[in-house]
Amino acid sequence: MLKIKNLTAGIDDKNILNNINLNINSGEFHVIMGTNGTGKSTLGHILAGKDNYNVHSGDIIYKDKSILDLSPDERAHEGIFMSFQYPVSIPGVNTMHFLRTAVNSIRKSKNLDEIEPGDFIKLFKEKLELIGLKSEFSKRSVNDGFSGGEKKRFEIIQMLLLNPDLIILDETDSGLDIDAIRIVSNGINAFRNKNKSFILITHYNRILNYLKPDFVHVMLNGTIVKSGGKELAVELEEKGYEWIK
Amino acid sequence: MSKSTKQQIEDITSSEYQYGFTTKIKEERIPNGLNEEIIKTISAIKNEPDWLLEWRLKAYNRWLKMSEPNWSNLKYPKIDFQDLCYYSAPKQKKKLNSLDEVDPELIKTYNKLGIPLNEQKMLSGVAVDAVFDSVSVATTFKETLKKAGVIFCSFSEAVQNHPDLIKKYLGTVVPISDNYYAALNSAVFSDGSFVYIPKGTKCPMELSTYFRINAANTGQFERTLIIADEGAYVSYLEGCTAPMRDENQLHAAVVELVTLDNAEIKYSTVQNWYPGDKDGKGGIYNFVTKRGLCKGYKSKISWTQIETGSALTWKYPSCVLKGDNSIGEFYSVALSNNFQQADTGTKMIHIGNNTKSTIISKGISAGNGQQTYRGEVKVMKNAINARNRSECDSILIGSKSGAHTFPYLDIRNASAKIEHEATTSKIGEEQLFYCNQRGIDTEDAIALIINGFCKSVFKKLPMEFAVEAQKLMEVSLEGSVG
Ligand SMILES: Nc1ncnc2c1ncn2[C@@H]1O[C@H](COP(=O)(O)OP(=O)(O)O)[C@@H](O)[C@H]1O
Ligand SMILES: [Mg+2]
Repeated sequence: MLKIKNLTAGIDDKNILNNINLNINSGEFHVIMGTNGTGKSTLGHILAGKDNYNVHSGDIIYKDKSILDLSPDERAHEGIFMSFQYPVSIPGVNTMHFLRTAVNSIRKSKNLDEIEPGDFIKLFKEKLELIGLKSEFSKRSVNDGFSGGEKKRFEIIQMLLLNPDLIILDETDSGLDIDAIRIVSNGINAFRNKNKSFILITHYNRILNYLKPDFVHVMLNGTIVKSGGKELAVELEEKGYEWIK
Repeated sequence: MSKSTKQQIEDITSSEYQYGFTTKIKEERIPNGLNEEIIKTISAIKNEPDWLLEWRLKAYNRWLKMSEPNWSNLKYPKIDFQDLCYYSAPKQKKKLNSLDEVDPELIKTYNKLGIPLNEQKMLSGVAVDAVFDSVSVATTFKETLKKAGVIFCSFSEAVQNHPDLIKKYLGTVVPISDNYYAALNSAVFSDGSFVYIPKGTKCPMELSTYFRINAANTGQFERTLIIADEGAYVSYLEGCTAPMRDENQLHAAVVELVTLDNAEIKYSTVQNWYPGDKDGKGGIYNFVTKRGLCKGYKSKISWTQIETGSALTWKYPSCVLKGDNSIGEFYSVALSNNFQQADTGTKMIHIGNNTKSTIISKGISAGNGQQTYRGEVKVMKNAINARNRSECDSILIGSKSGAHTFPYLDIRNASAKIEHEATTSKIGEEQLFYCNQRGIDTEDAIALIINGFCKSVFKKLPMEFAVEAQKLMEVSLEGSVG
């Protein structure tokens, strides 16, 4: 699904990511942990194609093709989705209108007809309920005045509606209470299948009890310094990052 | 990497106004130039009473002593007022047989704006079928209005048929010496609209629908007077989302509104005049004086405007809150793209007690567009408990546009409560990226974000125009790849 090859990237001439290599097969669930400011979100943004970052060397192969030349919306059309650590608010833009526009943009890229408004409303309300948000959310503006937890839940609702193949979850658990972590994890687990791959960025073991990852990677100073299974996360939580340094 | 968002934004905002069109109208013209003879000629053509001619001449003589204002942020070549023609009667346009004869680009715009087929025909001068004949529709409207006692006619007709009302109110809100352009308008105004809503009457329809049909013949020096008598209500919409081109580069209209006790006027404008080409050539210069007088107790005047057209806009719809407990409101969206310049804003003058005003202004600058917002809140010495809330937000698209905000406060009574908020932001790269990440392309994302930004103003428009206004914003920001 995804092959990151010797990726060195950053802002202007400054490198934030140094020679990252990562292989993710279909159906796999990977976790990236690491100290603050080490470049985890940067990696997510670069995969999603944010244009103020520059790739200095290396390549990103997704579904067997380099995606370096694709714009963010084209990458989204190809099935890449990022749940943001800090989702931005868009005042005055209604959540339902926003998501219907997004769903239809993706459908259009696949030459599909627009979804019937009635069908979409039903679908949207269904997902809101599944992730534990009130149906009044359909009347609010995108992330505007949402609490931290509401923002994270809304990101997951978007994931469910846009049905992507490669999902980057950037600190989805930060800001969620214990019950919310369970609800959101159940939503993600129900969405998992052998065709979908995940990269979860997190600081905490707790969510991993629900999400059962296949691999855990530790990132320090913009590079992956250690990889292992779920036990690596447990060990990290006990010993801290000093242990790896 | 991919074509940068910045580049895309610049592509989108540097698009030409490709939808302008000119209709060749035969005109009955008088010689260029301005002097007492010309004014007498205009007045005679219109068969006006002597007092009105006197009034025009007085305005002309005041105008001679005034000079063109130079305090605005607008830059334009000097206008030679002696080289303009001050009267031309529009003649019947050449009728086309079907929409097939109309510029397909124009039809495309009409469709994008969602203008109904029959109105498209009206606007482009296609002969209309019997079902929607403009004359018969107008007649039906007129009957409904007549039953309600509402007077709605051209200014010239009102001068003939309702001279007492004209004499009583003309110039009471915008005096002839108010400003350079208002004085000019008072001297040479050609025509316009007159509305009178009698006591206790709620106007049975939006005056917009009717007006739109006739909107194609906008004059250069229009004069509008609307009076809502005690307890009356009217909602009036001027303009049209369809692109308007006019041979007259200079427009200087005057609009006067008067509300008596417990009356309300809601005045909405959607203006999409030709803004000039990509380099700013040939657009309309629009110098308008709009003012409402809340004369009566608890009366209310509300201005809502969506401005996307004109090369130059100089416009400050204002409210004079004279009656106790009266309310003034100003809701505005102004967009300047390419080389458009807009210097607009409002004035709220609190004279009565317990008067309240609200200002919400949304400025959007794209391309090389320049926006200036001027808002004045004045509270007179004897105005007890005045309240004002102002919210002025500007958004910049691309790196070459500009926004300037000048709030003026003149508070002479300590009981006043004034709240002012102003923000200027660049269209958020984070917001664009967020939309892109969800699969929405940059052009759609800009339209989405801008419409969200304007939402609180669009909400104030009559329903059907809110939808059109939204589409208008999209078309105005659209790239040359339609
Ligand atoms: N847009 C940006 N401009 C400047 N520096 C940035 C930008 N984005 C990230 N950085 C820097 O790159 C480093 C990695 O940031 P980030 O990827 O957000 O870390 P993490 O998600 O691992 O906490 C930090 O030092 C951060 O300040
Ligand atoms: Mg981060």
